[in-house]
Amino acid sequence: MKLARFLTLRFVGMIAVLLVVSFATFVVFYILPADPARMECGHLCTAGQLRQVRAFMGLDKSVWRQYLDFIVGIFDGRTFGSGKGAVVCAAPCLGYSFQQSRSVTTLIAQTFPVTLSIAVGAAILWLISGVVAGMVSALKRGRPIDRALMTTSIVGISAPSYLVGLLGILVFGFKLKLLPTGEYVPLLQSPLQWAYHLILPWCTLAFISAAIYARLTRSQMLEALGEDYIRSARARGLRERRVIGRHALHNVMIPVITVFGLDVGTLLGGAVITEKVFSMYGLGALLINAVQTTDLSVISGVTLIAAIFVVLANFVVDLTYRLLDPRV
Amino acid sequence: MTAIAAGTEPVTANASRGSRARLLRDRWAMCGALITCLFIAMAVFAPQLSALSHNNPYTYHLGALSGSGLPHGSLGGVSSAHWLGVEPSTGRDLFAIVVYGARTSLLVGFGATALATVVGTALGILAGYRGGLLDALLSRFTDLVIAFPQLIFMIALGAVVPTSFPRQIFMIAVIGVFGWPSLARVVRGQTLALRNRAFVVAAEATGASPAHILRTAILPNLTSTITVLATMAVPGAIGTEAALSFLGIGVPPPTPSWGREISQAISWVSVDPWYLAPPALALFIVTLALNAFGDGLRDALDPRGSGR
Repeated sequence: MKLARFLTLRFVGMIAVLLVVSFATFVVFYILPADPARMECGHLCTAGQLRQVRAFMGLDKSVWRQYLDFIVGIFDGRTFGSGKGAVVCAAPCLGYSFQQSRSVTTLIAQTFPVTLSIAVGAAILWLISGVVAGMVSALKRGRPIDRALMTTSIVGISAPSYLVGLLGILVFGFKLKLLPTGEYVPLLQSPLQWAYHLILPWCTLAFISAAIYARLTRSQMLEALGEDYIRSARARGLRERRVIGRHALHNVMIPVITVFGLDVGTLLGGAVITEKVFSMYGLGALLINAVQTTDLSVISGVTLIAAIFVVLANFVVDLTYRLLDPRV
Repeated sequence: MTAIAAGTEPVTANASRGSRARLLRDRWAMCGALITCLFIAMAVFAPQLSALSHNNPYTYHLGALSGSGLPHGSLGGVSSAHWLGVEPSTGRDLFAIVVYGARTSLLVGFGATALATVVGTALGILAGYRGGLLDALLSRFTDLVIAFPQLIFMIALGAVVPTSFPRQIFMIAVIGVFGWPSLARVVRGQTLALRNRAFVVAAEATGASPAHILRTAILPNLTSTITVLATMAVPGAIGTEAALSFLGIGVPPPTPSWGREISQAISWVSVDPWYLAPPALALFIVTLALNAFGDGLRDALDPRGSGR
């Protein structure tokens, strides 16, 4: 398949998936009994007032029409109501939170840097440590270091992230008083403080996720080392470093990248648990907050953003595949 | 991945005997199986077990607390009356909470896995055996479900599903509904491979009905893969239940849940860190045991000893 054709097909596919995901989200949240207009209007709301609020928020239209308004708003912005009291939500408008009197896009833009900071640092840390641990384990198969690494990794897989995070806070924060236990400092405000405050969340996520990568790398590496092309590379007298570094590692990276892409995509949509444990207000915390106050427009906006990241990550993975493995 | 290669061999009694022996020799796996059984027994006999210490997970014991809401004594209030200490601010017995919490965790964990396994197997076989347009549609549908931001969607759904709907069933449904795609993919791949094997083609040539072929030729060759994948999915489902409860959208109080206890322990961790230990260790140990058993099972059924 030519690259251009591949890109076009994938792009169309991505848009289709996003439309289905957003419509499903939309339908689910608007069919269920929670009524945003009633919440906005309050308990002492007359039927007439409720009808006015509904019309103002655009909830009096059919589901299809509302969904269309939502999609159009992303590209063209929306205006709720008219005249003096109108609320303008500029494009790209992912909805308007009447509870917080802000557009969902603004809320997401405010919280996203936090999630991005957590995700990127943690992802780099876990990819490197996981792959290195897995390779060491595979090359020293059966030796004590292999057993130690694999035991650590099954602990990492089994321990929930919030638990590891809490233990980190307990030991490094409260007992040793080495690291801050939470709170996000913007990167531009102080890069050093930013990194200092993020060490614990990064390490927590990295410990959990690296375990999966270590096991995956180990099994892929062991499999690769048994293959004919490795044997013939060795037979040709290539140095061991080159055999491992070039030929075996190449084979290992393909499945690792698949898992990595999905993990990063998912994490960018909100490091829900990590954010809660370390009291950082990112996308995940925004969502949890919206869930507690039943702020439906925020919920559907964040869900759509999270879906976009997953779909994009999938796309990047497929593109990397083509570069790594010309057969695909 | 490599489990596919192992599973496509026609089933023979010898092979399954060999893997059983391998599994029995695996000390890690047997330990895991034993601990899992203990936890299941704990969940089943929760009322009897907590009655042993004359406690239940609901009664407040304000006498066990000091004025500031912290448990009396060391180790979070461990005493002969409260074996694992008490909850700060309410004084509820933590042993009873942990024992009853196992019911929630295991019910949702096994229930969701069962649902995901049935759906994944059915759709995987259907796509792999029928092929053609149905396969294309089902495969795209699988991709779509994978593209859903699952935890986010579960959290969002948890917020809008009415509280009158039984929460355990909601959790089983929501975790199960997002759990089947990976299984369906593997089952589809294996079915596709089996379809072209001589013994399946021969069965078709003799005029056997699809139902008969599925029952006698396809399903028996899929069981080992499905068993391994299902076993390895249980700890994940238990973890998701705990995570949802941790985030405050699991089973409603006062039904005991490990995840909710852990989440409450956050606010007490600086003054009463022992509160964290019982629910957290219970969750960790049962997940570890299930993972160890799942690992051993996979190694036993896939003698090449690799795979993920």
